[in-house]
Amino acid sequence: MSLVLADPPGPRGRRRILIASLVAAALLIALVVLAMLRLADKGQLDPELWQVFADEPDLRTLLWEGLLDTLRAAATGMVLAVAVGTALAFARLSRRRFVRGPATTVVEVLRGLPLLMLIFFAYLGLPELGVNLTAFWALVIGLTAYNGAVLSEIFRAGILSIDRGQTEAAEALGLRGTQIFTLIQFPQAVRRMSPTLVSQLVTLLKDTSLGFVIGYTELLRQGRSAVEFLGGRYALPIYTTLAVIYIIVNGTLSLIARWLERRQSARADGPARTPGDTSVGDTPAELVP
Amino acid sequence: MPSPTGGWSLIDAVLDNLDVFREGFVRTLLLSLFAAVAALLLGSLLATMRVSPVPPLRWAGATYVEIVRNTPLTVVFFFVVFVLPQIDIVFSYFTFAVVALAVYHTAFVCEAVRAGVNGVDAGQAEAARALGLTFPQTLRLVILPQAFRNVIQPLGSVGSALIRNTSIAAAFGVQELTGVSQGLTTANPSDVIAVLLAGIVCYLILTLSLAAGVGLAERRLAAVPR
Repeated sequence: MSLVLADPPGPRGRRRILIASLVAAALLIALVVLAMLRLADKGQLDPELWQVFADEPDLRTLLWEGLLDTLRAAATGMVLAVAVGTALAFARLSRRRFVRGPATTVVEVLRGLPLLMLIFFAYLGLPELGVNLTAFWALVIGLTAYNGAVLSEIFRAGILSIDRGQTEAAEALGLRGTQIFTLIQFPQAVRRMSPTLVSQLVTLLKDTSLGFVIGYTELLRQGRSAVEFLGGRYALPIYTTLAVIYIIVNGTLSLIARWLERRQSARADGPARTPGDTSVGDTPAELVP
Repeated sequence: MPSPTGGWSLIDAVLDNLDVFREGFVRTLLLSLFAAVAALLLGSLLATMRVSPVPPLRWAGATYVEIVRNTPLTVVFFFVVFVLPQIDIVFSYFTFAVVALAVYHTAFVCEAVRAGVNGVDAGQAEAARALGLTFPQTLRLVILPQAFRNVIQPLGSVGSALIRNTSIAAAFGVQELTGVSQGLTTANPSDVIAVLLAGIVCYLILTLSLAAGVGLAERRLAAVPR
């Protein structure tokens, strides 16, 4: 939905917008220039610093391996989180209270906890119970626990949004509860929730960077090691590179999410915009940090 | 490995260190509050930029949101904690943590506010204009009250995420709840589980009270009392 807050601007309004645009652009450019001058003044823009990737082939290998480890943890975590999320959503929608109650508590508790605490619990707490895990599995278990709970809420909302007639028709055909869930509700819910699912994958991928706290050799950890080895002066070029890598990977996923969303809203209610509205942009899917 | 002196001593590590937990709790609370106020102000400003009719402001706002939402919070922390000192900007770790948390959550506050404004039906603004209300009147009397109601719940989610994300400050030298808990697990290797559970309970107190507050506010402000 978009909002029509005011009539389309007339000649005077357009002139005012033009002046405001010029002023705003000048201010923004001045801000960027000031930041650049400050960086240059402190020697942060020396070509020698930024050539480090050309000079050190080992650095490229290190970051590449880090990226692969990041993707490995994210992929494993996502697959397990979808499985856990499905099970929890199924349990929360159960008619039996002794199934529904505990599942609700588990989801509410997991969603209210910092991921880092869950990772510490897997990494420091589980060995006390006789389960020894590598840093990779501690990270993956933390990611699975948290994202499983979040995904179960997404799935549940998706299932509840499906028309009641679907369930009634399935019941009329003689399907049982489990069959209705697996054959009728779940496939439709997954389809409807696919944009949100991909957005959650972005969150999960970003969260793999917490692996650096427990020493898992993902992208961020490798970058940090490189800066420690080369010296603090290299912090800006290397961390900027890391940020760019994350933005490219996550930006691609975000684009896929938006494409899925557009495809679905196009199917659901036709063209979303009327010509001539002074639109203020699309409503984004709910973003959770 | 269970404690050698029996079940009850398991919680001794927690009871003996209540002061430490309280300090961590207060620091987590302060981190959340400072960062939340900053993110709320900057996020509303950014949302205003994004819905303004001035293209450069819209682009700047969109660029900020796109960059920040695709960058892990840990990377933002790395920039603040390790890059700022390179250009001679040095604060305490606590202030660094507030800055990193505010920078990151500003983007999400912006998107929540923007979604709230866009979520108000276009017919509302059209009806207001048809009645002859001016632009400021339309905004103040018709749009914003409804947008505010739409925004409570999403802002609550951002707030809850902010509280949970303060735990990352533990990795950057701030002794808040997670940092304190981790320190105590090292000092009391036999009571790791009890210590971590105590930390978890503290976080639940914070996030669940926020959720309760959001629920209350939503019921109070609902157009149709539920």
